[in-house]
Amino acid sequence: MRNPAASLLAAAVAVVALLGLWLSGPAAAQDVRPPAGAAASGEAARPLDPALPQAMQYPPVADQWQAINDGTRGFVNIPDKKAGRLIQTQGMEWLAWRNDELRRYGAYAIAGMLIALSGFFAVKGRIKVEGGLSGRLIQRFKPHEIIGHWLTAGSFLVLALTGLWLLFGRPLLLPVLGPDAFAVTAEIGKYMHNFGGFVFMAGLAYIFVMWVRHNLWDRYDLNWILKGGGLFAAHSHPPADKFNFGQKTVFWMVILLGGALSVTGLTLLMPFWFVDEIELMQFAQIIHAGLGIGMFALMLAHIYIGSVGMEHAANAMRSGWVDVNWARDHHSVWVDKYEAEGGEERQGPATPPAAGTAPPAHPQAAE
Amino acid sequence: MGKMVFLCDGDRCIECNACVTACKNENEVPWGINRRRVVTLNDGQPGEKSLSVACMHCSDAPCVNVCPTNVIYHTDDGVVLHNKDGCIGCGYCFYACPFGAPQYPQSGNFGSRGKMDKCTFCNGGPEETFSAAEVQKYGRNRLAEGKLPLCAEMCSTKALLAGDADEVSAIYRQRVVERGFDSGAYGLSQGLGRKA
Repeated sequence: MRNPAASLLAAAVAVVALLGLWLSGPAAAQDVRPPAGAAASGEAARPLDPALPQAMQYPPVADQWQAINDGTRGFVNIPDKKAGRLIQTQGMEWLAWRNDELRRYGAYAIAGMLIALSGFFAVKGRIKVEGGLSGRLIQRFKPHEIIGHWLTAGSFLVLALTGLWLLFGRPLLLPVLGPDAFAVTAEIGKYMHNFGGFVFMAGLAYIFVMWVRHNLWDRYDLNWILKGGGLFAAHSHPPADKFNFGQKTVFWMVILLGGALSVTGLTLLMPFWFVDEIELMQFAQIIHAGLGIGMFALMLAHIYIGSVGMEHAANAMRSGWVDVNWARDHHSVWVDKYEAEGGEERQGPATPPAAGTAPPAHPQAAE
Repeated sequence: MGKMVFLCDGDRCIECNACVTACKNENEVPWGINRRRVVTLNDGQPGEKSLSVACMHCSDAPCVNVCPTNVIYHTDDGVVLHNKDGCIGCGYCFYACPFGAPQYPQSGNFGSRGKMDKCTFCNGGPEETFSAAEVQKYGRNRLAEGKLPLCAEMCSTKALLAGDADEVSAIYRQRVVERGFDSGAYGLSQGLGRKA
């Protein structure tokens, strides 16, 4: 159809044929009687009849605008049948949520958590190992547990940072980096986010299977909650098994939020595979971003207590071997079980008790 | 300074889909993407109406507002264009767009989105005008040749109008006066919130 004359001719023929069908078809179907102006309609130069031709007396499109605004679907010839929807107005609400609420409350959540952690550190300082390090190391986590932790943690940090890059990049980073450099980082970030999601889901499934039995409610949890984890009294360390109630809370938060993030993330990654309506895609995006920021804020607290917030805590996820004095402080029941089973011990560095701390006086796990 | 608009006269469109075909051919639109589509309401029923839809080149465009990499922009003619080099295929413009104009080739991982493609009002893109890169990425730049979008130019019933907002609305206003009723065209009534 490169010849314009031929295409014009074909189009003209098609139009005449279609017009004929369109003008005669519906009218004939509606009313078998001849229209009122039938006698006059044959004349060539008839003045415009105030009464419209029968074929044009159907409700004009204007009457359908409300339904179209509400998402009426029509028929389309193209394969994508979702394109039959003329208008979706919820996108404007989604836009406001995504640009205003998510950014504002997301920033509040992260800033609030950073301020709270800074305040906590200023008041409480670094939680020391009571009585210093003994030099006796016991194995808190096996290598496969450490790998499972860092698989989840590393991929989550990548996902969180690339996600924040997408949400806050345009107002914060684009003016700094310039459009080209920012677009490159955003594209790399998108691929890291898309592929990293599968690493995260694998890690999530792995830590769930590995740790769920240690994270069920046990008889030490109520006491731990009542004492606030020992937060409000000096040298107070309520007994706990492998995981105390605070760690169990982190575990279940990660599993539940991570699971929700996985479901919504897969929905976004594979558009319209699992949902049919664009409203559900928009909903998935808001849920995904909102939960993602919330989980990032929670994880900041987890990162804090595992690093600067508590002496020696990072060793548990670095080598897996922890000093027995540290373990007695936080997981006395677990230490008792470990020693009763005759678990392996190693030699590590020893430090004298920090000045001003009480001498090692651990209450027995049996209270 | 003009403001380019499309207007589809709902009482003239005959669902011939020539605009769809013309657009695909003129701009060498990627497989699976239709920058323009014809939607038929009450298909096969008395009172069936058809409307040809593409990017409406909104003045306050939600896609321009939402784009995380800020690559969608207005030209001086009020045409909404985008820079595919900066597009990361996040899909946000599609979520925001009321008309479903942005579309994505399935070139990403897991059949997900490639770089967004949409109607350019036959105005190419940010590449150098008439360059091979412009044609390859965005299609023809008919506006730079002094022509209007091909879909409207070759509309057999002149249901689809394209051009400066003042001229298009003047033509439509004259039609309404001549035929004695207002059908509510896709574009003007919608934008102005006017009820017939």
